[in-house]
Amino acid sequence: MSAESRVAGIEPVPGVAKPDAILIADGVRRAFGGLQAVDVGHVEIQRNTITSLIGPNGAGKTTLFNLLTGFDKVDGGHWHLNGGALVGIPAHQVARKGMVRTFQLTRSLARLTVMENMLFAAKDQRGESLVGALFGGWHQTEDENEIRARELLERFDLAHMEDEYAGSLSGGQRKLLEMARALMVEPEIIMLDEPMAGVNPALTQSLLRHITGLRDSGKTVVFIEHDMDVVQEISDWVIVLSEGRVIAEGPPETIARNPDVIDAYLGTHHGEVP
Amino acid sequence: MDYFGILVDALRAAVGPVAAAYALSATGLNLQFGYTGLLNFGHVGFMLAGAYGAAITVEAGGSLWLGIPIGIAAAVALGLLLGFPTLRLRADYLAIVTISAAEILRLVVRSTWAHPVTRSVFGIRAFADEFFDLNPFDVGRDYGWGDFRFSGRQLWVIVVSWTIVAAAGLLVYRMIHSPWGRVIRAIREDEDAARSLGKHVFSYKLQSLMLGGGLAGLAGILLAVEQQSVFPDTWMPKITFFLYVIVILGGAGTVMGPIVGAIVFQFLFFFFDRFMTSAQLQGWFGDVLDATGAAQVKLVLVGVGLMALMAVRPQGIFGHREELLIDER
Repeated sequence: MSAESRVAGIEPVPGVAKPDAILIADGVRRAFGGLQAVDVGHVEIQRNTITSLIGPNGAGKTTLFNLLTGFDKVDGGHWHLNGGALVGIPAHQVARKGMVRTFQLTRSLARLTVMENMLFAAKDQRGESLVGALFGGWHQTEDENEIRARELLERFDLAHMEDEYAGSLSGGQRKLLEMARALMVEPEIIMLDEPMAGVNPALTQSLLRHITGLRDSGKTVVFIEHDMDVVQEISDWVIVLSEGRVIAEGPPETIARNPDVIDAYLGTHHGEVP
Repeated sequence: MDYFGILVDALRAAVGPVAAAYALSATGLNLQFGYTGLLNFGHVGFMLAGAYGAAITVEAGGSLWLGIPIGIAAAVALGLLLGFPTLRLRADYLAIVTISAAEILRLVVRSTWAHPVTRSVFGIRAFADEFFDLNPFDVGRDYGWGDFRFSGRQLWVIVVSWTIVAAAGLLVYRMIHSPWGRVIRAIREDEDAARSLGKHVFSYKLQSLMLGGGLAGLAGILLAVEQQSVFPDTWMPKITFFLYVIVILGGAGTVMGPIVGAIVFQFLFFFFDRFMTSAQLQGWFGDVLDATGAAQVKLVLVGVGLMALMAVRPQGIFGHREELLIDER
């Protein structure tokens, strides 16, 4: 089934139910002092699609990411991943349950090599416990992980950098490493926070190709983006946040024409002669 | 002036039991600071916990062989106690809590109120006889060459201490080159990234603090056994900062760094100590410096010597220069 057909027939209204939702959030709220940063009524993410989360600055996109992935605590509401409740689950367990995020400012582990970055992200390595590390018996898992890591590095054009410190990579290469590393956790859903930010424009196309590649390999991708051209180009579905609320959602073509979205970006009185 | 004598004295200090205890303690600090990025500013408190744990056990009628594990356990427990409330917070909270806790511990053991248990400022003496009973060397004679000599008693402590340092070095090497070590190095680089990839950061930081604390506890026991006594004022905050100097001088985040750092530090320290003492006695400084002044200038010279070393090798003796040059974005 193609990605377009996976969202075909879904009505483009805020909070619409999706036939095969992987992530369902209900009433997720978070305030900072008097500012209601996030107040999402109901939102669902369709499995195996690329969903963009857009909105003006301060709309609460990153805050919503932080809440859903356990990096911040909600004031209220609940959300489910594959039917399992995620409220109050710490960030590291959210990742183990299959939802992995990246950050707006790339967080490469600078003084670890590219390969170490990859192996670090792998799950179920017994050698990561004190006892396991002392008594050994972890080398076989390590070898298997290394094979998987090499395949991913190959796919993300980083194979030649395997033994370099991650800190010596370029900005774009770090973004690629972050994506490849996230895949080592074997997530079902990947949350990318502004993957294009700070990337040389020449690399944008290659990054986009990798993001669509994630979807085509069966992952669900949610990503925050500012560049509307990028959003139009690769999204299957767009969710628009403004002042913490979902004000619109739908396929990218419909979003650009949606008057509420235009209002949110340009102010309510555009076009009117004062 | 007897320059050769000064040099030999400094060399004896460099391989002496105190250097070994510092090497062991610095190995623990390096695990916390160099590998995990924890700012523990109260490392001396862990040494105190170890030393008093062992000495009090013996005073209470227990065997030294029971006292040693109890001392180590006390230091590990201190790590748990201090780490549990602070390691979820920003790094500076651990620094504040550890530096105060170490001073509080010292003041508590020296208080008259604690006298029945800790003997307050009089200290606990002669608690390590069981250790010296095992001495295979002849305490009646000196071992060594020329002026480079140790008594049989000293040699026994030196052999045991450096053996323990070597074992601790191997342990840390094994841990660091395992997936466990990769996790703590990743936490040093970026906690949030580690969390986002499914690692329980808090638990690893706690393990590192406790493990490093345990090594410091054993180092404290070594110091106390060597002196056959435990006094509160041995455990001044400056020891913690000597240990930081040792770790950075040797190369933070390397296994050999803290060990060689301790040797170099003790060498420099005693070289300038003996030099300034003899120079003052021979009237080099006239009326300008008395013995106290000379001792203070010694510390200045030690500082200048360390700065010179760091200017030549900013990454430390064993550190990797490439790691220093990585720009952290």
